[in-house]
Amino acid sequence: MDILKLANVSKIYGSVKALYEANMSVAGGEWLAIMGPSGSGKTTMMNIIGCMDRPTSGSVLLDGTDVSGLSAPELTHIRRDKIGLIFQQFHLISYLTAVENVMVAQYYHSMTDEGEALRALARVGLEDRAGHLPRQLSGGEQQRVCIARALINYPKLILADEPTGNLDETNEGIVIDIFRRLHGEGSSIIVVTHDPEVAEVTDRTVFLEHGRIAKTVSNR
Amino acid sequence: MFLRMLTGAISRQKARALTIALAMALGASLATSMLNVMLDVGDKVNQELKAYGANLTVVPRSASIMGDLYGDAGGNRKAEKFLAEDELPKLKTIFWAFNIVDYTPYLDVTASVTGPKGTFDAPVSGVWFDRRFDAPTGEAVETGVIRMKSWWRLEGDWPAEDASQCVVGANLASKLGVVVGDTLNAAAKKSETVTASGIFHSGGDEDDALFAPLAVAQRIAGKPGLVSRIEVSALTTPENELARRAAQNPNSLSRHEWDTWYCTAYISSIAYQIEEVVTGARAKPVLSVAEGEGAILRKTQLLMLLLTVLCLACSALAISNLVTASVMERGAEIGLLEAVGASRFDVSALILAEALVTTLTGGAVGYFAGRVFAQIIGRSVFGSPINSNALVPPLVAVLVTAVTIAGSLPAIRLLMSMKPAETLRG
Repeated sequence: MDILKLANVSKIYGSVKALYEANMSVAGGEWLAIMGPSGSGKTTMMNIIGCMDRPTSGSVLLDGTDVSGLSAPELTHIRRDKIGLIFQQFHLISYLTAVENVMVAQYYHSMTDEGEALRALARVGLEDRAGHLPRQLSGGEQQRVCIARALINYPKLILADEPTGNLDETNEGIVIDIFRRLHGEGSSIIVVTHDPEVAEVTDRTVFLEHGRIAKTVSNR
Repeated sequence: MFLRMLTGAISRQKARALTIALAMALGASLATSMLNVMLDVGDKVNQELKAYGANLTVVPRSASIMGDLYGDAGGNRKAEKFLAEDELPKLKTIFWAFNIVDYTPYLDVTASVTGPKGTFDAPVSGVWFDRRFDAPTGEAVETGVIRMKSWWRLEGDWPAEDASQCVVGANLASKLGVVVGDTLNAAAKKSETVTASGIFHSGGDEDDALFAPLAVAQRIAGKPGLVSRIEVSALTTPENELARRAAQNPNSLSRHEWDTWYCTAYISSIAYQIEEVVTGARAKPVLSVAEGEGAILRKTQLLMLLLTVLCLACSALAISNLVTASVMERGAEIGLLEAVGASRFDVSALILAEALVTTLTGGAVGYFAGRVFAQIIGRSVFGSPINSNALVPPLVAVLVTAVTIAGSLPAIRLLMSMKPAETLRG
C-alpha cells in the first residue's frame, strides 16, 4: 500500500510554477531520494509532503488522507501524528539538552516519557550524550539527535531535507547507516539531497527539473 | 516540559528578559506609588484642608430657622438660642466619630471692652483653645481653636483653658491700645478682668474680636453651660448624587440607599449624625469648603490615575517592542516547534507565559519600589507616610497581566502570520 501519493500536484506563485503537475507515489517501507538542482522544486515538494504548505492544485494522499485541502490546524495535527522531520540545519532548541530536544516532540504529540526518549537516543548511538546541550555536540551528533526526535512518535513517513548537507564524510556515513537501519526496520523514508552517494543507497530516485518530475530511477 | 522550555527560554535571553522586567518594574512601581497615594490621598488632602477651617457649623435648630428666614438681620434673634455645653462630647460618639478631626464651641457675646485707649463695644467669643477630655467612648480627645486656626499668626501665647486670659484680634488690639500682657475689662451681663496673653492676626473679621476661654465668655454673658454654635472640622468623602439627594431629604432614600449614605463619610451624613446626638441642633455644611475639598480631591485623584495609565502604557509599548523582537529572533525555534506538532496556540501560550513570568517578576520588584516611592511622596508632599492599601497588590498584579497581554498582542499577531516552512529556512 502507498504511504504517499501525489496526483497532479502544482504550487504556483504568481507566474512562477514552483511545482507543476507532479505525480508520484511512495510505497510503505520504501526509501526514496528526491534530487535536482537549486530551484527545481525540491523544497516546495518537501513542504507539501511534510504538511507545512498546501498545493495550489492536485491532491496529496498521506496514509490514505487527502491533506491538500486541510486547514493549518488540521495540517499541524497530521504533521504531529504521521511525519518525522529531519533538517539540514538540525534545528535543535539551544537551551534544551539532547534528551529534552527529543521530548519536545513527545510533548506536542501526547506526553513526555524520558525513558523512551533515551531509548530513541540509544538507537542513534547517543545514549551517553543525552544530558548535553546542542552546543556541546558535534554536527553529526546534533543530526543524530534530530533523527531521534523525528523517530520518537513512530511516524508513518520520515522526511529528511539534506540530512548530510552539513556533515563531514564520517558523520555522513553514520547518518546513512542509521537511515539504512531504519529502512531495514520497515520505515518509509524520503530524503531530499544533492549528494548522488546518498541517493544511490535509496530504493529509488526522483529527479526534479524546473518544477516538474523529469525522471525516476530505480537504484536496485 | 513546558516549565523546562519556559525557564530555558528566559534564561537563554537573560539580557532581554531583564530589560522586559525592568520596563515592567518601572511601570509597576509608578502604578503602585500612584495607586497607594491615590487611595490614601483622600485622607491626606482632607487633613491638609482641615488646616484651612471648619467644614460644618452646628447651630441651635430654632436659630437656624430664624437665620434662614431673616438672614443676617436675624443675628440678634439667633443669639437668643443656645446649645448645651455638656452635650459637646457626644460629637465623638457618632458613627463617623473618628472622622471628626477637631471642633470647638463658640459663645458669641457683644461686650464693652475697656483697654488703655478707652472703652469700645466688641464681639467676644468664648471658645475651646486646647481642650483635652475623654469622650464617652473612652477616646482621649484634644481639640480647639489652636488646631483649627493654624493659619492665625499669634504674638504671645494662647490662653490657658481655665485662666482669665484672652487673645485679642490685631485690629481691636490696635483700637484699644493693648499689647501682650495688658489687662482688659470685658462687660456684658457681668464684668470680668482678663489678661491679653496674645494678639492674633487672622486676616479676617476675627481681627476685630476678642477670643477668651469658653468659661470666661459664659461668665461675662451670664450663660453658664451654654454655647451659641459649634465649628466642626471633619474628614469627608466627596459628595455624589446620593449624598445630594440625602442632604435634601434623607427620608426620600430607600433602605439600602439610606444605609449606604449613612455608612459613608459624606458631609451630609456626618451632619445628620451630629443632629442625632446634640439636642435641638442643626448641622450645616460650609459648602464652599466642602465642595472645594471634593473638587481638589477629585482632580488630584484624576491626575494620579492619568499618570498611572500613562506609565503603564509606556510599559506596554516597551514590552511590545521587546517581545516582538524576541519572536522575530526566534523564528527558527518557533518554526521548529510548529514542525514537530505545536499548534499556534501552544506557541503563543509559551511566548505569553515567558512574557508573564518576566513581567510579574519585574512587577513584584516594581511593587516594592513603588511602596518606597509612595512613602517618599507622602513625606515630601504631605509630611506623613502613605498607608499601603491592601487593594494595591492584586490591582497591580491584574494591571501587570493586562499590560503584558496587551503588549504581547503585536508579537502574537506576528507569530500567527509565520509559516514554519519559511522560518525554518531562515
